[in-house]
Amino acid sequence: MTQAPGDIERLIELMARLPGLGPRSARRAVLMMLKKRGAVMAPLAQVMAEVAASARDCVRCGNITGADLCDICRDERRATGELCVVEDVADLWALERAGAFRGRYHVLGGVLSALDSVGPDDLRIPQLARRVRDEGIAEVILALNATVDGQTTAHYIADVLAPSGVQVTSLAQGVPIGGELDYLDDGTIGAALRARRRF
Amino acid sequence: MMEWRDEGVLLSVRRHGESAAIIEVFTAAHGRHMGVVRGGASRKLAPVLQPGAQLDLTWRARLDGHMGAFTVEPIRSRTGLLGDRLGLAGLNAVCALLHVALPEREPHPGFWQVSIALFDALSGPDWPAAYLRWEMRLLEEIGFGLDLTRCAVTGSREDLAYVSPKTGRAVSRAAAGDWVGRLFPLPLALLGQGPTSAEDLARGLAITGHFLSRELALMLGGRPLPEARTRLQEMLLQPVSFTKRE
Repeated sequence: MTQAPGDIERLIELMARLPGLGPRSARRAVLMMLKKRGAVMAPLAQVMAEVAASARDCVRCGNITGADLCDICRDERRATGELCVVEDVADLWALERAGAFRGRYHVLGGVLSALDSVGPDDLRIPQLARRVRDEGIAEVILALNATVDGQTTAHYIADVLAPSGVQVTSLAQGVPIGGELDYLDDGTIGAALRARRRF
Repeated sequence: MMEWRDEGVLLSVRRHGESAAIIEVFTAAHGRHMGVVRGGASRKLAPVLQPGAQLDLTWRARLDGHMGAFTVEPIRSRTGLLGDRLGLAGLNAVCALLHVALPEREPHPGFWQVSIALFDALSGPDWPAAYLRWEMRLLEEIGFGLDLTRCAVTGSREDLAYVSPKTGRAVSRAAAGDWVGRLFPLPLALLGQGPTSAEDLARGLAITGHFLSRELALMLGGRPLPEARTRLQEMLLQPVSFTKRE
C-alpha cells in the first residue's frame, strides 16, 4: 500500500467533483467501492472506460449515444413529424421517462444568455432550422425551461423558424400536479390564469 | 458583522455549488451588489430568483469587502413578461446594460427609481421611447450625458438638427456646414418631443449605442455591447416585434 493512499485520495478528489457529492460523501463512496472491489469497483471502472471511449453526440439530434445516430433517431416509428426542442440531454431523458412524447428531439446544448455571452451561434439552432426544412417537420414543440433565458431562447427560435411556416408550440406553464396555490409564486399563478381552459 | 436591508431588482443569477446561488442585484441605496443566496437553487427559491424580480434584500457579511450572503423576500415578480417577446427582450437588455455599465457598490438612487419605472413599463405597450430615454439617463450616470439643449457651435437653442459623435452635444442646422456627413441626425425621440416613430427610435438607439460602446469600452474589454441590447435594437426596427406571442 505504498502508493495506494495517494491514488485513493486522487479518486476521492475526482469523485467529490460529481454533482451531489462533497468530499465527505465521496470518501464514503470510495470506501464502499474498496470494500466491494470485485462486485462494484471493477465492473464500474470497466463500464466507465467503455462509455468514455464510445459515448458521443448523435449527429442529428445531439442526444448522447454510442453510435452516429441515437436509438430515437434510428427508430422510424418516431418520425411523427413532431420535433421537441430541449435545452440539454437531461431534459430529453426527463421527457422520455414521462413517456408522453413519441416524436423526435433536438438538443440545443444550452440557452441564450446575455450575461454569459451565449449567443445563437453557440447553440444548435442552425441545425434545428435545417432539420425542420429537410425532415418534413409539421410541429416544433419548445420544451425549454420557464426561466428568462429559457423563454428568450424560445422566442428567438420561434423567430428563426417563422419563415418556414412550421407550427411552433411550447409547453404549458401553470400549477404543477400536487401543487397548492398558496405556495406558488406570483409568476406561476399569473401564467396558470392566462393559460386557463374550459372545464 | 456588516448588515443592511434594501430593495433591489435581480440582474443575474448563477448556480453556486449544489443548492446555493450567487445573485447580482441593482439596489436602491447600495447600487449593483453581489451576494450568495443559500438555497437559491432550490425549487422554492428558483422561481423567485428570475432576472427582473423585485426583492426585499438583507445582506450580511463579516467584513464589508466580503461578498456576503443575501436573504431574499419577493416583492414583485416580472415572470409575466416570459410570454411577451419584445418585453422580455427589453428586460434582458436593461439587465445586461446595468450589469456592464454600473460599477459595483456605487449607489445610484435616482437612476434606480428610473430603472424600476422602466421595468414596470415593460409590460405595457409604449415603453420603447422610455427605453431610449433610459439609455440617455444611463449615459449621464456613467458620466457622459448628452447635451441636447443648445448648439455646441453657436449656443443657439433653435433648429437643433444634429449630434456630434465626439462630444455628444447638439449642433444646429445652420452651424453644421461641411460637417453634416459626420454628424448624427438628431431624432425628436431624443428630445422627448412628439410621437416616436420606428425610424426616430432607430436613430436614437444608434446614437446612444455609439456613446455607450465608446464609454463602456474599458469595461467591455474590446467586446461589443451586450447581445441582448443588439437583439432588442433589431426587434424594435421590425414592425412585427410589437406583437405578443400568446
